[in-house]
Amino acid sequence: MNTPLSRSSAVLPAQTDWTFDILERYHAAIQAAAQQYGLDTYPNQLEIISAEQMMDAYASVGMPVNYRHWSYGKEFISVDKRYRRGHMGLAYEIVINSNPCISYLMEENTTAMQALVIAHAGYGHNSFFKGNYLFRMWTDASSIIDYLVSARRYVAECEERHGLEAVESVLDSCHGLAHFGVDRYRRPAKKSLATEMREREAREAHAQQQVYALWSTLPQRADKTEDTPAPKRFPQEPQENLLYFIEKNSPTLEPWQRELVRMVRKIAQYFYPQRQTQVMNEGWAVFWHYTLLNTLYDQGYLADGVMLEWLSLHSNVLNQPNLRSRAYNGINPYALGYAMYRDIRRICEQPTDEDRHWFSDMAGKPWLPTLDHAMRNYKDESFIGQYLSPRLMRELRLFSIRDEANASDLEVTAIHDEAGYLALRQALSQQYDLGTREPNIQVWDVNLRGDRTLVLRHQQYHGRQLGESTLEVLKHASRLWGFGVRLESVDASGDLQRQWSVAPHN
Amino acid sequence: MLHIVDRRLAGKNKSIGNRERFLRRYSEQIREAVRKAVAGRSIRSIDQSEDVSIPKRDIQEPVFAHGPGGARDIVHPGNVDYQRGDRIAKPHGGPGQGRGKAGDGLEGEDDFVFTLSREEFLQVFFDDMALPRMLRMQLGETPEYESRRAGFSRDGTPNNLHILRSMRGALGRRLAMGAGTQSALRERLHQLQSLLALPPPQALEAGAFERQQLQREAEELQRRLRCIPFLDPLDLRFRTRVQVQLPNSQAVMFCLMDVSGSMDEGRKSLAKQFFVLLYMFLHRHYEKIDIVFIRHHSQAQEVDESTFFYTTESGGTVVSSALELMRKIISERYPPSSWNIYGAQASDGDNFHNDSKRCHALMASSLLPQCRYFAYIQVAEEEQNLWSEYAQLTARHPNFAMRKVTLPADIYPALHELFKKEAVAA
Repeated sequence: MNTPLSRSSAVLPAQTDWTFDILERYHAAIQAAAQQYGLDTYPNQLEIISAEQMMDAYASVGMPVNYRHWSYGKEFISVDKRYRRGHMGLAYEIVINSNPCISYLMEENTTAMQALVIAHAGYGHNSFFKGNYLFRMWTDASSIIDYLVSARRYVAECEERHGLEAVESVLDSCHGLAHFGVDRYRRPAKKSLATEMREREAREAHAQQQVYALWSTLPQRADKTEDTPAPKRFPQEPQENLLYFIEKNSPTLEPWQRELVRMVRKIAQYFYPQRQTQVMNEGWAVFWHYTLLNTLYDQGYLADGVMLEWLSLHSNVLNQPNLRSRAYNGINPYALGYAMYRDIRRICEQPTDEDRHWFSDMAGKPWLPTLDHAMRNYKDESFIGQYLSPRLMRELRLFSIRDEANASDLEVTAIHDEAGYLALRQALSQQYDLGTREPNIQVWDVNLRGDRTLVLRHQQYHGRQLGESTLEVLKHASRLWGFGVRLESVDASGDLQRQWSVAPHN
Repeated sequence: MLHIVDRRLAGKNKSIGNRERFLRRYSEQIREAVRKAVAGRSIRSIDQSEDVSIPKRDIQEPVFAHGPGGARDIVHPGNVDYQRGDRIAKPHGGPGQGRGKAGDGLEGEDDFVFTLSREEFLQVFFDDMALPRMLRMQLGETPEYESRRAGFSRDGTPNNLHILRSMRGALGRRLAMGAGTQSALRERLHQLQSLLALPPPQALEAGAFERQQLQREAEELQRRLRCIPFLDPLDLRFRTRVQVQLPNSQAVMFCLMDVSGSMDEGRKSLAKQFFVLLYMFLHRHYEKIDIVFIRHHSQAQEVDESTFFYTTESGGTVVSSALELMRKIISERYPPSSWNIYGAQASDGDNFHNDSKRCHALMASSLLPQCRYFAYIQVAEEEQNLWSEYAQLTARHPNFAMRKVTLPADIYPALHELFKKEAVAA
């Protein structure tokens, strides 16, 4: 480390089995190191759980509480089976974007693993959750647990009042559209849970009235219709948040069903930043557990055995299987993220001429503020687009392949050379862009005066087609909408290429 | 700033509610799997867990996603010798070139397989039999326990006080605690005696003082001996008891079934459910259960289970032959003094005409007095002479039950009396 400190004689206990006292001492040391680097975090809450409890958490999308749904039961059964047969190991930890930041530590972890986990989750992920702009904008860490608790209670209430099947079918349909129930650009107002609860009841009554107004078939007064010509389409602008549109405008949903739609939408929104910052978030956590634990070692806190144990785990996490091996499953996001943060630090500390040319604004600058800025203000797509350096591309020996549906071969379009750097960086950046990974489907029109069909529009990107489950999802959409739903797939020039439609539900 | 919470005791199985919802959603497939499993299982092994598999396409949750088609740029690491503009043949199937999506453990064409626990299996198995909830729980239970003596302990309630042991302990304690005092006393008394034994002049010389001294010491020692309590709380011993599994006495279950041609698969599977229910009842109460399978058409045979359920024969029907054989087996192998005998008979009610009277006689005179319970189900609607003969038995023999069963829900009432008694006793 470049900030050598007086070697402390207080070596932390190196015994394999941890105790609560040992955890606290390790945490104190890691915390001191983190403060030294100026990491800004939520308070930490470490929770020790057993393997069964870890599987419970796996099953409910990593959250400590969630509403009941059969799909979580399915997930649990599948995790449980694979774990018991030894087909998979469980994660050492799960960390939750909440305030205080909750990390689940498995009880069977050794002391070294717990130290790694505390540094990784309690300081790496934690500071990312607190700092990154997407999380700041879209999630409210202080209320998520309470929100899930109230969601669980509300679903249970609905099940009691309206029956398991009725609730289940609404949730099924919402889950089918959950990825299209997020706002991508609009910033929501943060509301406290109490406000949320208070507004729920008022909303139930009010929303229903709004819908009545929209669908009113009474003739309007003549002078008014003259003034405002009927809009060509409703909505006038395409809407990206399908669940929001349905919640607000579906003619048939009961108030409690609207609330369920809203609930799934809110939870999907909470997870939206995580889906966009995988490389950055994991890379950040790995970078910091590596940096913090090395600092502790330099300060004389870590015994050699502990050091070797976590280093071995560390390199397992960063393992990038070879392209031709069976284990290869794309780029390892941990490895990529970690390499990029290391590379940014290198550019700051030991820039080459090439770096000065590519990154003139950060070469030779202090590395801590530069890293901090990168962590706060980017998501995977823009982070790669901004910071992937030619040197790292060479190190990773990246190359880009174009797969055209109607070509007989794959074509290598760029490799790690002068001509390919920009194209490679562009391609990798797009690979992590949710906007291109997921189909672009928006609400296009509603047939207000006719059969009330909801028209969705898929804007093709690079001629990519929709998959085979499309019709099934449309059935879900139609169940929520209450009338027919049509999906039009248009190509880049706006020509209709294909369409699916689902007749009204009953 | 740091807060450590130990959640390990906070309960696992948070997903139980989710699992129940999952099972409910796929109850059709699960029931089908259970039905198949039961057909392949013997009565004894019926209450085990079972793997159920559900086709993956039935279980997937659809989402909008890209399918094949269009153009994709994919970046890979670890280039060895590709140059820009190289063309690579498209891989067909199999792993490679990064088409694989992140594993959610559900892709591929395999079925989704999971294990129904024993309780869940029984739940489904008895699902359409309209068993009272209470009974389901009882059947699923583990055997009964009895408290047995297990030596002695230092504490307990007065009713368990073991007087002999306590007194023996007290005696030993008194001996041990008094040993030193006792020998000191003996010594004093001895000295006193030897003083008294001296000729009078010397005795006088030795002086009254010394004698009195010894006397006082002896009295003091005697007082101390008297202070040793006769019975101390330490001495008390109590009988202790432990819960041990009740090694219930043995039972034998006779399964009698008509295997003439008219007993088709549906009727046989009804009969099987009937036999299984009785078996489960017995299993709960007896440690050792023998099952005797007797099938009959015009003659009766003792057979093994698979022959019993899976072979069909044709021919006339003489029910009494089976009852006769049952009686013979009882007298040869299962003396009623040491075996609890249960009978379960299933038939479509068709019998050789003159035989039914004989059945009545056999049941009334020899079988029913020996049986704890005998249940008859007729898996056909039509009442024939066997039914009317049997019907006369019910009035005088409370341990005989009969029922017409055309649906699984009818089976339980046939055994209802048996379970009802049990509920009162329990």
